Amino acid sequence: MTELPLQTRKKLGLVIDLDTCVGCHACVISCKGWNTENYGVPLSDQDAYGAAPSGTFLNRVHSYEVQPDTGPAQLVHFPKSCLHCEDAPCVTVCPTGASYKRVEDGIVLVNESDCIGCSLCAWACPYGARELDQAAGVMKKCTLCVDRIYNDNLPQEDRIPACVRTCPSGARHFGDLGDPDSDVSQLVADRGGVDLMPEMGTKPVNKYLPPRPKDQMPDIDVLAPFLAPVATEAKGFLGWLDRTLDKI
Amino acid sequence: MHPAPSVIFFSVFSGLGFGLLFWLGLGWPSSTGVVAFVFFAIAYLLAVGGLIASTFHLGQPKRALKAFSQWKTSWLSREAICAVAALILMAVYGAGAVFYNQHWRVIGVLGGLLSLGTVFTTSMIYAQIKAVPRWHMPLTPLNFLSLSVAGGALLAGQVTWALWLIAIAGGIQLATWVIGDTRFAASGTTLASATQLGGIGQVRAFEPPHTGTNFLLREFVYVIGRKHAFKLRVIALLLMCVVPVILLLVPFSHMAGGLAVLAHVAGVLTARWLFFAQAEHVVGLYYGKR
Amino acid sequence: MTHKQPVLDLSPPVSDEIRKTTCYMCACRCGINVHMKANGDGDMKVAYIEGNRDHPINKGVLCAKGSAGIMQHNAPARLRKPLKRVGERGSGEFEEIEWDEALQIATDWLAPIRAEAPEKLAFFTGRDQSQSFTSYWAQNFGTPNYAAHGGFCSVNMAAAGIYTMGGAFWEFGQPDWDHTKLFMLFGVAEDHDSNPIKMGIGKIKARGARVIGVNPIRTGYNAVADDWVGITPGTDGLFILSMIHCLMKAGRIDLDYLARFTDAPVLVNGDPASPDFGLFLRDANGNQQVICRKTGTLTAFDQPGVRPDLSATHVVGDITHRPVFHHMAEKYLTEDYTPEAVADRCGIPAKRIRAIAAEIARVAFDEAFELDHEWTDFRGDVHKTMTGRPVSFHAMRGISAHANGFQTCRALHTLQIILGTVEVPGGFRFKPPYPKPATAHPKPHCGVTPGKPLDGPHLGFVQGPADLALKPDGSPARIDKAFTWENPMSAHGLMHMVISNAHAGDPYKIDTLFLYMANMSWNSSMNTGGVMQMLTDKDASGDYVIPHVIYSDAYSSEMVAFADLILPDTTYLERHDCISLLDRPISEAGAAADAIRWPVVEPDRDVRGFQSVLCDLGARLGLPGFVDDTGGQKYADYADYIVNHERRPGIGPLAGFRGADGTDTGHGAPNPDQLDRYIKNGGFFTHHIPDGAQYYKPWNTAYQDWAVQTGLFDAPQPYLFSLYAEPLRRFQLAAEGHGDRQPPDHLRARIKHTMSPLPIWYETDQQGNDGFTITALTQRPMAMYHSWGSQNAWLRQLHGHNPLYVPTKLMREHGLSDGDWARVTSPHGEITVPVLEMAALNDNTVWTWNAIGKRKGAWALGDTAPEATKGFLLNHLIHELLPPKGDGLRWSNSDPITGQAAWFDLKVKIEKAPAQSESKPATPKQKSPVPAAARNLAWKTTD
Repeated sequence: MTELPLQTRKKLGLVIDLDTCVGCHACVISCKGWNTENYGVPLSDQDAYGAAPSGTFLNRVHSYEVQPDTGPAQLVHFPKSCLHCEDAPCVTVCPTGASYKRVEDGIVLVNESDCIGCSLCAWACPYGARELDQAAGVMKKCTLCVDRIYNDNLPQEDRIPACVRTCPSGARHFGDLGDPDSDVSQLVADRGGVDLMPEMGTKPVNKYLPPRPKDQMPDIDVLAPFLAPVATEAKGFLGWLDRTLDKI
Repeated sequence: MHPAPSVIFFSVFSGLGFGLLFWLGLGWPSSTGVVAFVFFAIAYLLAVGGLIASTFHLGQPKRALKAFSQWKTSWLSREAICAVAALILMAVYGAGAVFYNQHWRVIGVLGGLLSLGTVFTTSMIYAQIKAVPRWHMPLTPLNFLSLSVAGGALLAGQVTWALWLIAIAGGIQLATWVIGDTRFAASGTTLASATQLGGIGQVRAFEPPHTGTNFLLREFVYVIGRKHAFKLRVIALLLMCVVPVILLLVPFSHMAGGLAVLAHVAGVLTARWLFFAQAEHVVGLYYGKR
Repeated sequence: MTHKQPVLDLSPPVSDEIRKTTCYMCACRCGINVHMKANGDGDMKVAYIEGNRDHPINKGVLCAKGSAGIMQHNAPARLRKPLKRVGERGSGEFEEIEWDEALQIATDWLAPIRAEAPEKLAFFTGRDQSQSFTSYWAQNFGTPNYAAHGGFCSVNMAAAGIYTMGGAFWEFGQPDWDHTKLFMLFGVAEDHDSNPIKMGIGKIKARGARVIGVNPIRTGYNAVADDWVGITPGTDGLFILSMIHCLMKAGRIDLDYLARFTDAPVLVNGDPASPDFGLFLRDANGNQQVICRKTGTLTAFDQPGVRPDLSATHVVGDITHRPVFHHMAEKYLTEDYTPEAVADRCGIPAKRIRAIAAEIARVAFDEAFELDHEWTDFRGDVHKTMTGRPVSFHAMRGISAHANGFQTCRALHTLQIILGTVEVPGGFRFKPPYPKPATAHPKPHCGVTPGKPLDGPHLGFVQGPADLALKPDGSPARIDKAFTWENPMSAHGLMHMVISNAHAGDPYKIDTLFLYMANMSWNSSMNTGGVMQMLTDKDASGDYVIPHVIYSDAYSSEMVAFADLILPDTTYLERHDCISLLDRPISEAGAAADAIRWPVVEPDRDVRGFQSVLCDLGARLGLPGFVDDTGGQKYADYADYIVNHERRPGIGPLAGFRGADGTDTGHGAPNPDQLDRYIKNGGFFTHHIPDGAQYYKPWNTAYQDWAVQTGLFDAPQPYLFSLYAEPLRRFQLAAEGHGDRQPPDHLRARIKHTMSPLPIWYETDQQGNDGFTITALTQRPMAMYHSWGSQNAWLRQLHGHNPLYVPTKLMREHGLSDGDWARVTSPHGEITVPVLEMAALNDNTVWTWNAIGKRKGAWALGDTAPEATKGFLLNHLIHELLPPKGDGLRWSNSDPITGQAAWFDLKVKIEKAPAQSESKPATPKQKSPVPAAARNLAWKTTD
């Protein structure tokens, strides 16, 4: 059913730290690898070695330049995948019931055997989180690695999404955002985590931690000059050195 | 949004077909026999042909029947149900007119209303999409409905109705454009809100995630031909509205009537192309494009 | 609630088997879990690759390249069989031949060379991770002409680190991520080492520690830096020396550390007339001498209880000897290095330089802390705790790929050392086998005897003119002119000069060029077009000027087209390798570690691991290390070598599981089960350093003893850090006229100027650069490794073409907007390429991603692939020689000390150009030796 559950028992999702993401695309490819081999049809690639290679990816890393009023421009790497919205417009538009939000954990999934590939869910998603696989004609999206996170065949520590497991800089965090005491909820509270496009009313579960303020190092010290000289030239310095060495 | 021919043809022709069915259901014209057969055949050709065209953009058309299941939430599902219901009722009603020389009024009116309902559900598929601010407004269903009813009147030979309705539809079309042009800005969605980086400073898209294109860019970020939009709007309005009105005002001839229909359809097709081509999905912001 | 959901299998099987090996998608050498699944026919296929959580390098994480390994392993560009050239060189026309024929051809070319003139073989390897093996082969062959790619990569970094402090950045050391509070990262091209740096940055950012990035380009690690210093390229040394000036002047330096652990107190001969002028005062045993501050007497630095005096001078005869620290004070406290004096050249305001220096000092000294580890230093002094100075530094290729890069890297190490942050908690830590001073490394050898091995290892660390690789007539012994007066301390050779010199016959002609894994006709060469011409050039008799070219690669690279004989290598999942402590291991600061690769799948093509081919070829040539007592082949393959070769008795390529029963570490007899033990252990071996030996390693008795037990050294070798690099001074002395071995006159001034024993900064040679005012740089994308990534269906979607990034100011000045084309001209060449605006970029710098541009026909890509149409190389703009000076000499575009290729000295000008259909210059297509690739991919192993 494409009715959204009134509430889900958990709100599993990702917290993405924009202060730490170095834009390496590790999550993008790890996701591609896992989801090609696992849940549903493989993520196909068209014209893979030709003029216009274009494949299905469930996670892509954008980058933005931000020019503050003062100071140098900043560069922000910006991974983006399904935000597993509480009010997921992609689910309700689905005519077949293929798209649904799991009542247990809030993960938004596509049941591929019911998908007719009408793309309407992708139209409804403001975030570009869904891509129609061109080989299979069905809609693909982030599953939050639902086939990893409960998988008894994986060691406990590996029961996390592939993108989180692989992220070298630790910029991706996974957990229950419905539990205010969870690590991810704490992180969101501490760092002022935000929703993307809040005006869309989708209530995303995934949160983004904004970059910390940059280029804030003061170049004057109001209390004392930086690095007051002990001497002005070599000779005086050696005098200071002798006096200091006597003390240590 | 990518102006896929299948979707443009589907929505324009099914709109016309259901518009014609609406008039036929009301009994205007209340023809019977062969004449009725021709009217119903045209209406079904348009409506069903449009529906078939719409399946061309499906990734898995063989599963299309599943689309009837989610009427509680999905406008697409409702459209499917509405369309089938309308087509069945109108088939019954049409059979009465063609074969039994009967006009079963209740069935006709119900079928006519369901035909309009189908057009409404079609329009709501677009109007519901918040991520495309240009579509997300009450004018979208008005635009679809007015064109459907006006085009239907034209096909049904209801000259007076058609004159007025085409003029009204033209007005609504104009309003749809003028107000539609302001919708993206009014939505409040910007690259700053999309990235939540606006607090730091002016945000500009830098490197895209992939150097090549992808499904999202092909489907949602269509920028070709936008610079001709104004010219196309003028052409669309002339063809859809001005030309048919003039042709209907001159003394009636089948030639003029036929030309009026052709002009109108060409105008609506142009307008519908613009409906997609000019619609900007907010996801384009993430790519520094609209 | 009647919400119906499909029933999902939440525990699907992940794979049928996990095989643990080592990644080779870059030089990082992470541990990987290769998940294998049986396909429909029951064959085990590679299904999914993830990081190995137990592995010391990556601890489970994996970068984009690593995860895309499955696409590399299955790339359509894989060569299938040995190839013999049948068309003209460069055309790519080959016929497939059998291995026997291929090896016979190679033997027929090489055997006569070895018998008559071994130096006529030039054997150079690129991103080879088996250098201790390939160099051993070359040494046994007897040619002096061997090196790997270090000379065009980052020898400045490696050599400066080893000459200054006995170890370098990159894979050889790391910040103390657990304790550092301020991390300062220098230089463009954020690659080495890959995952550990990302993990480290993530770790310290999670703690809220500060990151300062010094880089003209604010991408990647610099994008997450809290403070960004968009420095003018090539001026890092000046900026660092100015900070040294500020810190010394303010007395914010670690005097105790300098006195105990560095040569700052070592006495230097001050008599300009003396042949030892500027050299250390040494005792009869050759030990550096200091004055003990406690006793006031002259003593060797390492005597028990000595407290070296940073200040006291000493007179011998009438010669005053002053400590190094006096020289430093004199040099660095001058007005030359005030922030105000350097600000304009560095493009950094003077106030900012002071502020950063002050912040470094504040964290180093005001946030110092103690770790409760007792340790004993080499003088026998017992220290109750270990003092932490939580400031750490790391540098990328950017600061080293300039002709002043060696001294710049030395300056950076000097900064680290005066702050007392090397080998202390919170600072920079070495990874075993480092620390290891330059004096403990071999010296270069070039003694050639026909039919015999070379007289020792090719590469090493010279200590003075006596160690240069010169022939008796003073001419260069090596084809690349490494270890000559032009670049005396070229510890990694000069691979970028090999083809140019061989073509010019300068210093001599060669017969066979033998390359491995080095795309020298494309992105790995300067002057790409010129190199292609040199490789195809013929002499008057119609023969190729470089008569034979043998090349080994796994893939259909651009270089393949220029070889006469191709020996196809395996992919990294099909081969044995060892990542050895004899070479460039996977150690971490707290442990020695090495690793293997093993064939997790067998090749489905007629290809062989290159090292195994060398075992075979070595035996066919009768090389002493490769034949047994009966003259038969000694090592059946590389795996056999890895297990059974002993470099010294009991010391082999792998340190783990030695001895007959596999219980010995470091030392021990070969263990026939060694590789199995590695495989069972996850493909690697780790040997931890005990707690009290974790820091202060060069001087820590416990570490030195552990290193001896582990087989890293034969005896403890504590040493002092070399703020004052005496080997440099020895070359200066020669240039001043002292000694028997004298430089040619045209190099005297340059040697005197550049080879300062204390780090300096100098402007690189700007001749010919008039009118070329913009610096042009390249970086390697984190998701791509040189050319290898472009054949990878997943990675090439991330970086399928490369724009030239142009700063906002230059975009406006030249009337450019995104997508426009620009003509970029250097003194050497011209390219026409698409541009893209970037604001977070030094105002006078343009850059692009390295090695995205491809030649049509290479890498099994379509002819209209964006890599071949829009992609481009900056290499066309960079010449391997400086512009002619009118003296008839060929001046290499390299660091005059180490020979490091000065890629980043490139100066250009740009102008708007009409839109192009393809980037210029366009190289004609090469014929592909592999079939065209499938158009679409929808991968599923079990299908």
